Amino acid sequence: MEKQLLRLNVNDQNYEIYINPKTLLVEAIRDHIELTGTKRGCDTVSCGACTVVVDDMAVKACSVLAVQAEGTKILTSEGLEVNGKLAPIQKAFLDEGAFQCGFCTSGMLMSSVAFLNETKKPTEKEIRDGIEGNICRCTGYNSIVRAIDSVAKGKYTEDKV
Amino acid sequence: MISDFTYLKPGSAKEALKMLAEHQDDGKIICGGQSLLIIMRQGLVTPEYVIDIKKLKDLNYMTFDPKDGLKMGATTTHRTIEKSAMVKEKYPVLVEMEEKLASIQVRNWGTIGGNLAHADAAGDPAPVLMSMGGSVKVASASGERVISLDDFYTDLFETAMNHDEMIVEVIVPPRPAKSATKYQKFNLLDSDQGIVAVAATITLNGGGVCKDARIVLGNAASTTIRAKEAEKVLIGAKLDDAVFQKAGEAAAAECQPVADIHASEEYRRHLISILTKRMAKAAWEQAKISG
Repeated sequence: MEKQLLRLNVNDQNYEIYINPKTLLVEAIRDHIELTGTKRGCDTVSCGACTVVVDDMAVKACSVLAVQAEGTKILTSEGLEVNGKLAPIQKAFLDEGAFQCGFCTSGMLMSSVAFLNETKKPTEKEIRDGIEGNICRCTGYNSIVRAIDSVAKGKYTEDKV
Repeated sequence: MISDFTYLKPGSAKEALKMLAEHQDDGKIICGGQSLLIIMRQGLVTPEYVIDIKKLKDLNYMTFDPKDGLKMGATTTHRTIEKSAMVKEKYPVLVEMEEKLASIQVRNWGTIGGNLAHADAAGDPAPVLMSMGGSVKVASASGERVISLDDFYTDLFETAMNHDEMIVEVIVPPRPAKSATKYQKFNLLDSDQGIVAVAATITLNGGGVCKDARIVLGNAASTTIRAKEAEKVLIGAKLDDAVFQKAGEAAAAECQPVADIHASEEYRRHLISILTKRMAKAAWEQAKISG
């Protein structure tokens, strides 16, 4: 299959890659652009480990064709840190110990970022619903919910860039 | 492994239909791809041409008027429906259904047209829309036609569409007076597909008698089906718990569920009976107080 040129904007950087059109967004990000923070988990839209933010929406990169993301703005976990400074949600995950093995973490962070952008003053139920598409097998979710809650309550306001 | 395909990106619905006319069964429409890419990865579908309509603006709209009801372009995302204040006011059951359809990520990218065309018997929108008397407008290069959802699903992953047709619009008629729809799926996780699901629409006449009833079953046969025997029990009856019980038993008897890892056939029939009873009653209670 002849490879075709695809332009993607990831974390405010433009990339030109040559791909087979069947390449999934998660493959373009990990294997072609070589940003491996985004994880490949179940490959069946179930686990959420591959979650990235596309045009401010959380989507599962295992089930989007890379060509369909042309012209969008993609944010991955690598794009959260700015000038060596962790984003509020990253600090909160550290402070609350919101991970163990870490495999779900980047997807969890990206769902959290999209959720916090669209939900002001969320309730605990809303936070839990907000990460419904992300599975964590280590933490039991409570520490993740606390981390998101602390950012929503403004604990890290001074860290906003 | 997804097999190789040629990717086509039409600039309009008209252009997409021209491509579809050219490639027929060798072509496959992709929109959000939240179902299609999974079955392509499983090797169940191996199109030579994939025609991408995700970004087509002419199919992305939502309108309501009291005479024609709700019209949604095929590429309207689940999340757009879920977050629409208009839908919440006019068809609250659609919002309730969407909130439990898969996960936020899937609802952000997946579309109503794609979901209905995928024709999974366990899909959530089909039973709800069918119970409200919904239909789809399908188009080909040579014209358009409207197909009632009653006639749309023919078998497992099969629809009444020809190979050169695609869904362009989803139509929901205006809600009649004294009418309400309720939907529930039975599952272990909130956002999973239903082991079975039931949508019920009850419409009452001035005297409180059941004027019309539509009971639709999800994942209780090879495709989405109406429980017409259960409807017969309800229509014309003065509704009470005994009638709902009888309707549930009728639905359980007429459905044709499979046995799989999630539930036996017998258990699915039991669930259909209970959910039919509960949804019909819930719709009735809502219909009584609705204008």
